[in-house]
Amino acid sequence: MSDVTLTPVSMDEVKHLVSERAMQGETVLLNMGPQHPSTHGVLRLLLELDGETVVNCIPDIGFLHTGIEKNMEAKRYEQAEVMTDRLDYLNTMGNNLAYCMAVEKLVDLDVPPRAQAIRVVMVELQRIASHLVWLGTHALDLGAMTVFLYCFREREMILDIMEMISGQRMMTTYFRPGGLWRDVPVGFEEAVRQFLRIFPARIQQYEDLLTKNPIFIDRTRGIGVVSKEDALRWGLTGPPLRGSGVPYDIRKVRPYSGYEQYDFEVPTREEGDVYARYLVRIEEMRQSLRIIRQALDKMPYGPVRSNNRKFVPPPRSEIGHSMEALIHHFKLWTDGFPAPKESVFVSVESPRGELGVYLEGDGGNKPYRVHWRTPSFANLQTLPMLAKGHLVADLVGIIGSVDIVLGDVDR
Amino acid sequence: MGLTMDEKLKPIVDALQQRFGAQASTFRGQTRLLLERENLVAATTALRDEFGFEMLTDLTAVDYWPQESPRFHAVYWFTSWQKGGLQISLRVPLDGEDASLPTLEGVYPNANWYERELWDMFGIHIEGHSDLRRILMPHDWVGHPLRKDYPLGYEEVQFSFNQEEIMVRKAHPQE
Repeated sequence: MSDVTLTPVSMDEVKHLVSERAMQGETVLLNMGPQHPSTHGVLRLLLELDGETVVNCIPDIGFLHTGIEKNMEAKRYEQAEVMTDRLDYLNTMGNNLAYCMAVEKLVDLDVPPRAQAIRVVMVELQRIASHLVWLGTHALDLGAMTVFLYCFREREMILDIMEMISGQRMMTTYFRPGGLWRDVPVGFEEAVRQFLRIFPARIQQYEDLLTKNPIFIDRTRGIGVVSKEDALRWGLTGPPLRGSGVPYDIRKVRPYSGYEQYDFEVPTREEGDVYARYLVRIEEMRQSLRIIRQALDKMPYGPVRSNNRKFVPPPRSEIGHSMEALIHHFKLWTDGFPAPKESVFVSVESPRGELGVYLEGDGGNKPYRVHWRTPSFANLQTLPMLAKGHLVADLVGIIGSVDIVLGDVDR
Repeated sequence: MGLTMDEKLKPIVDALQQRFGAQASTFRGQTRLLLERENLVAATTALRDEFGFEMLTDLTAVDYWPQESPRFHAVYWFTSWQKGGLQISLRVPLDGEDASLPTLEGVYPNANWYERELWDMFGIHIEGHSDLRRILMPHDWVGHPLRKDYPLGYEEVQFSFNQEEIMVRKAHPQE
């Protein structure tokens, strides 16, 4: 076995990113992370500091790179889906949805209306769960410990619902190309309705703790401001873009999974600071509740997986008495299904922004190329711009307000 | 969903075809334009300033190895918020020996990280880039992992009769 040698990063490599003053020793270069609780994962920031003021901020990512895109090329379409959960581990249902929609578009597969409605309910619950983790950790970063405990209490209710339908709290892989893994169990609707009854008052509780809290406002208002033009130029999406006054929400502009049937608003704020992004996310949770309520009320009956046997395995009950069902079952689980030599790009609105999947087939049963356009990667890129001129303590709030998940950044 | 192009895209595609000799194709309602690399910066500037595509949504590449000409396709996706989330894609074919692209940083600043990722993962050189370092892999990594001739890195199974033989060629991170 050969020994692996580590060569340290030399100063020359980042010389062009820091100011002249750093070279003369007037400003200090300081590492923040990769092991730092307020970077929300393994993110390393090289900071150039003048006293406590951030002069330059150089993000260093890749510590959580797992080669998921490369690995997916070696798996069949239905096998590759398992890895999508591991990208953005706070938005597993959303990743499943984006991937399934890309496969469905590539092979032109239909999804029954009931499956679409359940997908919407689950994705919106997941959005609330993700926003709860964001809210808890963001408040914790700024010194408000209580909110964290309350948020995780409610998140647990959502994780229980996810466990109920898929057997897993987080890595669900519940959506499959052509529909769902299986229908929801008895008691699902009651559990979601129970959540809908409890949650509006809980959002009010968080708001009571934070929205008019003078310390919280001092720490967030006017911090990390990004203008509307800059937000568009830098390709920000999700709450950071809407916090700067651009009502761009993929659920509205390119509706998918039947979002056009539901009545909801896209909250925006004009200020573009950390506080605006906080208010946008709080309001988004309320809108998600509205969508879930409508989807439950209108929930159609029927199958939850497509009847196209070339792509979707037959139900177990059919295999016993149908020769074709047995052949399809065998064919799909040994060989998978082929996809045309073409490419599609599908995007959905994840809690963090535009989550896009570029999927290219080569006529075989494995994806030729999968690329994830992840919102965290795109949004994190603006951090140097947001952080410039602020204090180190505010940087913590800014990172929190961009809401990154490092699994999503590094893929 | 079908082979038809979005009607709002029609004038834009016509203009790009005329001015830059782009070839259009549509699959399931999504329009892609095949474009020479010399016209890339001019075409994207036109997309941003004249046609209102203010966002660079995605930038990636596909490797068609062992095919050498073109070996890569760089794939750009642009979104227009003003035009109701309209999307268009540009594809730039690149040869294996001469895999380089002009930078789009001057047009869309967020191309910076995407182009670093192209360099890191595919070894496509970006001309004029302000900060062309590896982004996801360690800075001293050798090779470009998303190329098709880069092995996935599964370990060969060793038995007592070929233990030594496999040990010699076993892949490790420095290779």
